Amino acid sequence: MAFYVVQFLTGLASAASLFLVASGLSIIFGVTRIVNFAHGAFYMLGAYIAFTLTERLEGALGFWGGIVAAALVVAVVGVLVEMMLLRRIYHSPELFQLLATFGLTLMVQDIVVLIWGPSDLVGRRAPGFKGAVDFFGQNIPSYDLFLIVLGPVVLGILWLLFQRTRWGVLVRAATQDRDMVAALGVNQKWLFTSVFAVGVFLAALGGALQIPRDAVHHAMDLRIIVDVFVVVVIGGLGSITGAFVAAVLVSELNAFGILIFPKISIILVFLVMAVVLIVRPWGLFGKPEAPARRTPGLTVNPWRPWTSNERLAAIAALIVAAALPLFGGNYALTVGSEIAIFVIFAVSLHFLMSVGGLASFGHAAYFGLGAYGVAFLAKLAGLPMIVCLALGPLLGLVGAAVFGFFAVQLSGVYFAMLTLAFAQIVWSIAFQWVAVTGGDNGILGVWPEKWAASPSHFYWLSLGIAALAVLILRIIVFSPFGFALRATRDSPLRSEAVGINGKRIQWTAFVIAGTVAGLAGALFAYLKGSVFPDNMGISLSVDALVMVLLGGVETVSGAVVGAIVYKALNIWLVSQTDWSKLVLGAFIVLIVVAFPKGIVGTLQSILSRRRKSSSSNSSLLTSRIETAE
Amino acid sequence: MSMVPTLLSVEGLTKSYGGVHAVRGVSFELRAGEILALIGPNGAGKSTCFDMLNGQNIPDSGRITILGEDTAGKKPRAIWRLGVGRTFQITATFPTMTVRENVQVALVSHRHQLFNVWSSTPNFAREEAGRLLDLVGMGAYAERPCGELAYGDLKRLELAVALANQPKLLLMDEPTAGMAPRERIELMRLTASIAREQSIGVLFTEHDMDVVFEHADRILVLNRGSLIAEGSPEEVRGNAQVRAIYLGEGLVYDARHRDGAHA
Repeated sequence: MAFYVVQFLTGLASAASLFLVASGLSIIFGVTRIVNFAHGAFYMLGAYIAFTLTERLEGALGFWGGIVAAALVVAVVGVLVEMMLLRRIYHSPELFQLLATFGLTLMVQDIVVLIWGPSDLVGRRAPGFKGAVDFFGQNIPSYDLFLIVLGPVVLGILWLLFQRTRWGVLVRAATQDRDMVAALGVNQKWLFTSVFAVGVFLAALGGALQIPRDAVHHAMDLRIIVDVFVVVVIGGLGSITGAFVAAVLVSELNAFGILIFPKISIILVFLVMAVVLIVRPWGLFGKPEAPARRTPGLTVNPWRPWTSNERLAAIAALIVAAALPLFGGNYALTVGSEIAIFVIFAVSLHFLMSVGGLASFGHAAYFGLGAYGVAFLAKLAGLPMIVCLALGPLLGLVGAAVFGFFAVQLSGVYFAMLTLAFAQIVWSIAFQWVAVTGGDNGILGVWPEKWAASPSHFYWLSLGIAALAVLILRIIVFSPFGFALRATRDSPLRSEAVGINGKRIQWTAFVIAGTVAGLAGALFAYLKGSVFPDNMGISLSVDALVMVLLGGVETVSGAVVGAIVYKALNIWLVSQTDWSKLVLGAFIVLIVVAFPKGIVGTLQSILSRRRKSSSSNSSLLTSRIETAE
Repeated sequence: MSMVPTLLSVEGLTKSYGGVHAVRGVSFELRAGEILALIGPNGAGKSTCFDMLNGQNIPDSGRITILGEDTAGKKPRAIWRLGVGRTFQITATFPTMTVRENVQVALVSHRHQLFNVWSSTPNFAREEAGRLLDLVGMGAYAERPCGELAYGDLKRLELAVALANQPKLLLMDEPTAGMAPRERIELMRLTASIAREQSIGVLFTEHDMDVVFEHADRILVLNRGSLIAEGSPEEVRGNAQVRAIYLGEGLVYDARHRDGAHA
């Protein structure tokens, strides 16, 4: 019995940090409507800076002062980020905000390694809380007891801050209706900045307080951010009480999950989250959100099928690509195959995101399922390659059908978070179910058969399948189904009123996108000769998002260009610099701020502007006449 | 009168929120070719009533029969499939498509081709979409991006979309809200002429009394959730209770309107 009580108390202690970070994220979201992916990065920075300060400063005052000072330093960094970056993207679609803050996360990951080095750092014990308390023969670290008390204390302070101060009233008002608060003459800019500072302070404090418990390392940002997403989704975005209750719930699920289901401890939490989202999509303490801003919507240029000239250009480009084996070496061909595979992956996400308006943050799950599908069929069943390529992606289809059914019940940031969570479930199954998937060691020896084994043959195979995938998805975009999907994205109200079952249309689109992603994964397994859990990891999902964004969210086939440019750049960067994440992160931030339309989108708008300027005089006149009427 | 079929019949429709009776025991009928206005002051229950008819709200009790089917609690898309077209108070269209494509989407749905992934939509029922646009006077704008249209044109496009499933019944929630006075009259004239020609029944809510008294065959007056008057424009205008509810507004309007009419 005492053992379970101790386990419970350990859970409560872990909840403290989680609550601090989650409440910060929640407060920021409530007012600015930005889901700050970089929150984990601020948490990590808090831990690193606190480590340095507590090492340098002497005594108890030095330790506790160092913790608070670290949180304050990071809060100042947060203010700078808010003023220089976030102020530019408050009115951008949610997807761009998530991506920009993810870019920041990547940058911070490399920056901490640059400053503090790659190895784990073990911090000082907290003065006054170095020992353990005996509880019926079980030991509880006294620092854990301190954290257990700290959680409710911070909740109380935040409550007082929001209920009893003028600033708190403004924040609560802005959470309910920020336009109204602006209309009442409140300086929005500084309200947003101060809220961001408080949120970041909480995250950094959460990180700083972790150092007596856990080593500081450069991967702690992604680990906490996934947990924090789960907490705010369960508790309800924007609710601090919700963040507290959910932080306790998640920490306890983790603490006891390991005892009850050691193999699937990660899954337990995500299952609870999925159930909460389906029963109460806005979380336990949250309120239903107003409809999300549309993901595309920077322009209103209707899409049109290719003209015959454009079709010829596409065929010419394909012929040039097919000629690569004539002048490229084996390395170039392998890179070419990888790029072709990522073109397939990117267009599948583009279909879901641009046509369907559903920005999935976990698309790699279906890529990875396709890869594992092939690995199972090839290694366990020993089927021929052609059969594996045809059937492997079906695992992606099944996964997309199951998860998609739940995911399309939601939209906007909740959709993004749920897809991310599902991808993490799939990843953790691949990681933890060692008997079947080989866990971290993956499945090796998935090599193509002789007819496809040479680099040039495999390149042609990948290129051919990529061309086919792009063509088929283009046909679907301009088919009645594609229009129904766009209609659902453009106006759920109107599409329902013309008899369209939007959820079913979106679900079908999700399954199509998941299957095509599975096809890309199937090819990828043969290219690499192996599959690993990382084939379904977060970073791969984000790679796909960046490719789509880089090509242009509002274009029909921009993802093709986005995938080619991004993948080539990525492969080149990794070979050239040790700080590829820093460059890549800065690159992502730059695109979001400077070229939100992507490469193809920017080219198109330049072209259409040129076309319009030739006939601008007459059209200007007619539009004036129209307004006069 | 019995020869004309009943399109819509509502019996004892009731909805309350907590202790507030938004709609209390409302009953009425609508026949083919008839234009029926639902009016009442703010908070009278018009919108709640309307939302229950078009499937966006579920009644606590009461019966809604549209074209012989009980539709209480049915989804909007199911009601549309019965042959009910609708327009919204704030237009709902597909801004990233052209004007013609907006109508084509409705035609795709009407012909049960929503899961067709192979044909080309730009060529789908092109002529029929063109005909519908001509009918509402939008033929010349067919290839324009919908997002560029002026508000009055959006309203007309919405009417064309609403007519795409050859509806027997049109539900229009404040069809002229947000429009200039002259546009209002034009849009309602257009609606009325199409409705009479194709003998479509029209139910609309409206704040603009000019529009109501000029175009409605019959008027229903709601107040505090209950129907307090029903009849021809003349009957409703003469109703003392209606005058009392609309207080000065109705009377002043009334006098002005008559003066204007005789001038």
